[in-house]
Amino acid sequence: MTAAWQPSERELERRAVRRRLALRSRTIATLAVVVFLGVTLAAILGSPGWPRVQETFFSAEHARASFGEIWSGFWRYNVVIFLIAEPLILVLGLALAVARQARSPWLTPVRGLAVVYTDLFRGVPTLLLVMLFGFGMPALQLQGVPNSGLFWAIVALVVSYAAYVAEVFRAGIESIHPSQTSSADALGLSRGQAMRYVVVPQAVRRVIPPLLNDFVSLQKDTALVFVVGVLDGVWAAQDYGNYNFNYTPLVVVALFFVVLTIPLARLTDWLQRRMAERERAGLR
Amino acid sequence: MTALPENTQAGGPILEVANLRKTYGDKVVLADIDLTVSPSDVICLIGASGSGKSTLLRCLNLLEEIDDGVVVFQGEEVSDPRCDRRAVRGRMGMVFQSFNLFPHLTVLDNVTLAPRKVHGVPRREAEERARELLSRFGLADKADAHPDRLSGGQQQRVALVRALATRPALLLLDEITAALDPELVGEVLGIVRDLAAEGTTMVLATHEMAFAREVATSVCFLEDGRILESGPPAQIFSAPREERTRQFLRRVLSAG
Repeated sequence: MTAAWQPSERELERRAVRRRLALRSRTIATLAVVVFLGVTLAAILGSPGWPRVQETFFSAEHARASFGEIWSGFWRYNVVIFLIAEPLILVLGLALAVARQARSPWLTPVRGLAVVYTDLFRGVPTLLLVMLFGFGMPALQLQGVPNSGLFWAIVALVVSYAAYVAEVFRAGIESIHPSQTSSADALGLSRGQAMRYVVVPQAVRRVIPPLLNDFVSLQKDTALVFVVGVLDGVWAAQDYGNYNFNYTPLVVVALFFVVLTIPLARLTDWLQRRMAERERAGLR
Repeated sequence: MTALPENTQAGGPILEVANLRKTYGDKVVLADIDLTVSPSDVICLIGASGSGKSTLLRCLNLLEEIDDGVVVFQGEEVSDPRCDRRAVRGRMGMVFQSFNLFPHLTVLDNVTLAPRKVHGVPRREAEERARELLSRFGLADKADAHPDRLSGGQQQRVALVRALATRPALLLLDEITAALDPELVGEVLGIVRDLAAEGTTMVLATHEMAFAREVATSVCFLEDGRILESGPPAQIFSAPREERTRQFLRRVLSAG
């Protein structure tokens, strides 16, 4: 039985040095932040126009007064539209990406359509699509589908974002190493089975971070439905601002959007962590 | 959907290759390949890197299209473009140098995927057989793990189990120990040795000369895409007819 390990003189000395260095870098970091914030705030608050800007953009009174209307527009339209559109976009986007990989001669038209779809709808500005769908489709007076501008504005968002999301999925599918497909082939799996059981599950995991980007982008673009005359959060803010000659509501609605994206970012982190954990699990 | 085949085959060769030729553009990678594999044969392909061993195995499994010649598997000409590749591959097993397990699936799902989806075996039955094979190869406790938690040797043993799960009539092994640390090679070769002893028909590309000498019923030496010499291992390793074979063996044996 040997004596318990004791840190050597040299090690104790090293630890002291490390502590000193750590303290030094913390002090510098704190100072840098304080100086930066101080200078920036002083520049803004000391500027000649600040009192006026504070009154027009950061008025607590106007923020309180406009809050209710902005919130109801934001919740009823921006949030709900996002919640409806996003799942549809994911399904349509994945379907398009998979369709593009089809090799069966019977599916040639499907493959062609998928290519044309992405080229077309990714190329048109989303705002323009919302206008075209929002005004054009109801005018057709189609039977069996709603003819409201809002319905078609949501369709336009789905159509537009599915084109982007399809490309994200496609990049993920193409990033899976060909040896995985070889392996699936060697086991006798059909192309479709290889996609379904081997390639797509791996691809989807890989593209979660870029997909989040598109999610956030869509959250913001829900504001585009204002063109079909819907009083969403942004329009409600603008409306209030125009009547009261004050821009504070714009800052309020901007904060709503920021707050909305944060849970989404945490959700993605959580999803990725859970997948990593699951792959590590099962070892006894 | 093809039912799982019986392991035993009626007489006659399992695989016959005549005049096989494979090119990539202007480069001829395989030429004049003739090969006959009878039940319980263990054919070892040896030769330098780039001599065409892996390409030959990929051609046999129809992962590569051949440019001339004929491949007949269990009496069916599989080099015919009309042949059902999936059905053929369902009766062959292949293991790759780089394991190629599916990283998102557990070991058990890796092994049962083909029996369930290609051969229509019910899940419970497939899992039962998979667990049986896994425990035979010392992997019983790894069934629910994902591949990246396993060592290279364990991964390659899982890949072997995955290939065996469909009871293939022919097993193709493509340098399955080349990516392993030296101390892990033994555990994988041990399994191949057992399979050979049980009469599993195999074609394997390998750099393990001592192993080839031990398990092979026949050894083919490939150089520049041709089978330069083939014969029983005792002859190839002790009294090679070709000077090139002698040179190759001298090189690899002195290095090993």
